[in-house]
Amino acid sequence: MLNGPDQQAWSPSSRELERRNARRQISRKQFTIAGISSVLVLGALYTVIITSPGWQVVKDTFFDLDYGREVLPTVLRGLVVNIQLSFIGGFFIAVIALSLALVRTTKSPALTPFRFLATAYVDIFRGAPLLLIILLVGFGVPALRVAGLTSNVIVLGTVAVVLTYSAYVAEVIRSGIMSIHPSQRAAARSLGLTSGQTMRFVVLPQAIKRVIPPLLNDFVSLLKDTGLVSILGVTDAVRAAQINASRTFNYTPYVVSAILFLLITIPLTRYIDRVIRRSSAKQNSEGAI
Amino acid sequence: MSNVLELVNVRKSFDSELVLNDLSLTVKEHTATVLIGASGSGKSTLLRCINLLETIDDGQIFLDGQEISDPLISVDEVRRKLGMVFQSFNLFPHKTVLENITLSPIKVHGIAPDQARDQAMVLLKRFDLADKADQYPDRLSGGQQQRVAIIRSLAVNPRVLLLDEITSALDPVLVNEVLSIVRDLKHDGMTMVLATHEMGFATQVADEVCFLESGLILERGSAEQVLKNPQNAKTKDFLKRVHEAGRL
Repeated sequence: MLNGPDQQAWSPSSRELERRNARRQISRKQFTIAGISSVLVLGALYTVIITSPGWQVVKDTFFDLDYGREVLPTVLRGLVVNIQLSFIGGFFIAVIALSLALVRTTKSPALTPFRFLATAYVDIFRGAPLLLIILLVGFGVPALRVAGLTSNVIVLGTVAVVLTYSAYVAEVIRSGIMSIHPSQRAAARSLGLTSGQTMRFVVLPQAIKRVIPPLLNDFVSLLKDTGLVSILGVTDAVRAAQINASRTFNYTPYVVSAILFLLITIPLTRYIDRVIRRSSAKQNSEGAI
Repeated sequence: MSNVLELVNVRKSFDSELVLNDLSLTVKEHTATVLIGASGSGKSTLLRCINLLETIDDGQIFLDGQEISDPLISVDEVRRKLGMVFQSFNLFPHKTVLENITLSPIKVHGIAPDQARDQAMVLLKRFDLADKADQYPDRLSGGQQQRVAIIRSLAVNPRVLLLDEITSALDPVLVNEVLSIVRDLKHDGMTMVLATHEMGFATQVADEVCFLESGLILERGSAEQVLKNPQNAKTKDFLKRVHEAGRL
């Protein structure tokens, strides 16, 4: 804010007032155009759907309000499983992925064999379909009949998801680490920081911040992909919906389940976007743009 | 005065390009050695070799009589004794001014955080930056950022301060606020090696000026000798070009 003596005496010139008036008119016009086009497009879409020959059937089998209300508690209980799985799995994914990324970016000779192993790990688990990994772990591990190994499907399903997502997330973190300019490392090293300290205090904090948006993307996909463990018989939201749907041949539970997922994922993405914006506004002068 | 730094026949090449060609240089305590020369003459590489950011191909570098080009020496130990300031500041953007300055004292030199902060504030006050202590670097002007970078390297009481074209990224108005810090440090008796294109400034602070060309020191002597009365034809040519560009 300017607040010199001139600032108080200033009042907009007639030319400026005219300009403001013109700008207001332009924005009013744009608003009207946006409104009309929205009504037209959405109206057309609505009409096409409503007047389609199968609409009545679709409405009864997918959007049955009463049935939806009835299955809501069951699906919600299933969703709690998805959420738990995502957070517990998310914790292990973060730890494993960070270790993989660090091992893959270090030059320490002692870690050479681990570097090979980490690369192989990422290649395998990033390349194989998640569903296959879930099936292999879920049915393969109990078949080993090793004493002490669990055959709990929730645990095995989580392990499978963690194995795959660690590979994805490791690559995201690694790309973040590699995106930090070497001059930052040079500055840190020339201050006497060891390579470990440089990574911990200078490179990683900047790298992680830079990859928060893709990491969030992975978290949202993780939340959805936990639905795949239903194939092992875990009663998550998807499985709960499936059970109800196949019992009554009404597919409303699927829609309920989808809406519940959206109710979590959309606010979550919006919230994190805001957090990122606020923190970068604090550090960067161009944060207001 | 004892020799703080000694470079003996230092050789460095990148791929097939010879950047330092058996270069020798001695830096005495409390003196400022100014490296001048065209871009690509090896000034920056020389500073980066002293700081062990680059490994030399041949020759020896001594710091306080200890050979630091010995591969068995701890590079972290050596760098603790050297301060380096870069052309592009290289402040840590995720840390405040104060955090930038106290990082090395706390983590490398084991100074208590409170004490490190107090010491940093003393330096910030001295160079009129106390009100910027809690700002992030991106909110500062280029000149302020470079002054913070200098303070950051001073905070660990280096034996030698290496300054690599520290005003090249600044506009002419901001150059002076940075150079005045260096003048102060010279007055304090800080041992410095600096690469610069500011010939007027070189005249003010330099105890010795070295003209580099193709990885060799072609001419060395007092600022008066080298800048005002150069003997070597290439030095004359370089200074003429600098003069034409309006930098002398």
